[in-house]
Amino acid sequence: MTTTAGATGTGTGHRPPSLLSVSRVRARVELLTFLREREAVIFTFAFPIILLVIFGSVFGRQELEGGVSFAQYFVAGMIAAGLFGSSFQNLAIAIPIERDSGALKRLAGTPMPRSAYFVGKVVLVAVIALVQNALLLLIGVLFYDLDLPGSAGRWLTYAWVSVLGVTACTLLGVAAASAVRNGKTAPAVISPIAIVLQFISGVFFVFSDLPAWMQTIASVFPLKWMTQGMRSVFLPDGYATQEPAGAWEHGRIALVLAIWSVVGLVVAVRTFRWRNKADG
Amino acid sequence: MTDAAIRVTGLRKLYQGRPAVDGVDLEVHRGEVFSLLGPNGAGKSTTVEILEGFRRRDGGDVRVLGTDPAHADAAWKARIGIVLQRVDDLAQSSELTVREWVGSMAAYFPDPRPPDEAIEMVGLTGKRDARASSLSGGQRRRLDVALGIVGRPELLFLDEPTTGFDPEARRQFWGLIQGLAEAGTTILLTTHYLDEAEHLADRVAVISAGRIVEVGPPATLGGRAHAAATVRWLDRDGPRAVTTDVPTQVVRELAARFDGEVPELVVERPSLEDVYLRMIGSPA
Ligand SMILES: Nc1ncnc2c1ncn2[C@@H]1O[C@H](COP(=O)(O)OP(=O)(O)OP(=O)(O)O)[C@@H](O)[C@H]1O
Ligand SMILES: [Mg+2]
Repeated sequence: MTTTAGATGTGTGHRPPSLLSVSRVRARVELLTFLREREAVIFTFAFPIILLVIFGSVFGRQELEGGVSFAQYFVAGMIAAGLFGSSFQNLAIAIPIERDSGALKRLAGTPMPRSAYFVGKVVLVAVIALVQNALLLLIGVLFYDLDLPGSAGRWLTYAWVSVLGVTACTLLGVAAASAVRNGKTAPAVISPIAIVLQFISGVFFVFSDLPAWMQTIASVFPLKWMTQGMRSVFLPDGYATQEPAGAWEHGRIALVLAIWSVVGLVVAVRTFRWRNKADG
Repeated sequence: MTDAAIRVTGLRKLYQGRPAVDGVDLEVHRGEVFSLLGPNGAGKSTTVEILEGFRRRDGGDVRVLGTDPAHADAAWKARIGIVLQRVDDLAQSSELTVREWVGSMAAYFPDPRPPDEAIEMVGLTGKRDARASSLSGGQRRRLDVALGIVGRPELLFLDEPTTGFDPEARRQFWGLIQGLAEAGTTILLTTHYLDEAEHLADRVAVISAGRIVEVGPPATLGGRAHAAATVRWLDRDGPRAVTTDVPTQVVRELAARFDGEVPELVVERPSLEDVYLRMIGSPA
């Protein structure tokens, strides 16, 4: 350290606040800001639910092969899409907006440990994902005869697919935020990516009905693996034969999501910017 | 070597190959209130943001509280306070209240002021529970200042802090700055209000086109104290004015001639604004 502590008077002799306490403050800031922004709440929470209601009402009673209702299939997809939306989409849009407004610059000028900012974001993502999952399950059960996972093993799969999926998508969201030039264009850049991924990853259509080339493209990205993992939670074991691989492929799901997590982490750490590029 | 809070030599910053800051030397002493004056685009914010550690420089040596801000750590940041010229986060989407804002900022610092005290200092106590996005422009600016001082900085950067303040808020702000200065805070302030610089600053640097034109106490800047005075009065044939080095003698002669009161007598030295405009080469 090059600072001369003795002569400076103020500020000396006081310990910096702990990472835990600052993280707690950041989490509170993120949650309060989110909850008070009505548009954010509506878009993030309501959108998957509206889609569930629309698709459930139109196609819900249809039977898929293997004696599965479309609603059951669709809930699995919507849960995966909801996890993707609350992590990747949320962060890849919110961070460039905060960078543009100078919110990140203001923080970068303080002694706040930078990791605390990311802890705050992670807490926000986790809370959104949890509440949204609960709402989707509740509506599924109440209105569309959704069968909840019937064994501890399935709940466990539900948990690890969610955690690993959200981890990958959170890190990728932070990474994507660096690629987005400015806050104004962020929704226009990120939302279409999310929608296309949803279409090709088996959220709106039965995945095995998609053309092979589309399945191949989708299997590069995490969302396909998250929907597949969720199907293994919500669909009967016999349905695994309907999957392109003829199995749930849990090992491969974990591997792909782990690889994407590492990629996201490396890119995020190397490219994160606290200030706009135009800001000298 | 120990007394400088800020020491800058030969600072250069280029944008697209063109210098925005072109060889600036500055020294701000500890406990001093130092003001940067200069026209739009002179390089004030660029200089200040380099000192704050935000922007990279293209040349020169910079020491702020003994550290090169380009390599500053959290311990250094805990000792400085920053009020940027322009941030939109308070306006754009902040649904946090004034108290929540100041409280969260305080939580990042090792030895902060109590949030309510910082809010009181900028006169926002009545708006404590209002959301930042609902504040008026001037109130939001005061919140910016509260966020800058809540960490109890040793060195405070203020980039045009009083833009948008009403006259009363400006006076109150002056009191706040004087109070901080008396408590030993070093302050670097940019402003376009010459009365503000004259009132607050121990020394002023005039910067124009990226270069320092002159540095000195506001009272003597540009040879103001010794400059020729202008004596004005109303004579029988209309208003008259003479510029002179010996105003007392002129007044004495006038007094004798009018045998008592000289109508509309004024003696004036060039104002800070006059010398400032001359320095930056304005035709005014
Ligand atoms: N990010 C940037 N990219 C390109 N040029 C810049 C950038 N920031 C500043 N400049 C240029 O550098 C010069 C100095 O700008 P600066 O913002 O430092 O001026 P200033 O003295 O703070 O002016 P003002 O009184 O208007 O705030 C200007 O000519 C400006 O156009
Ligand atoms: Mg400026």
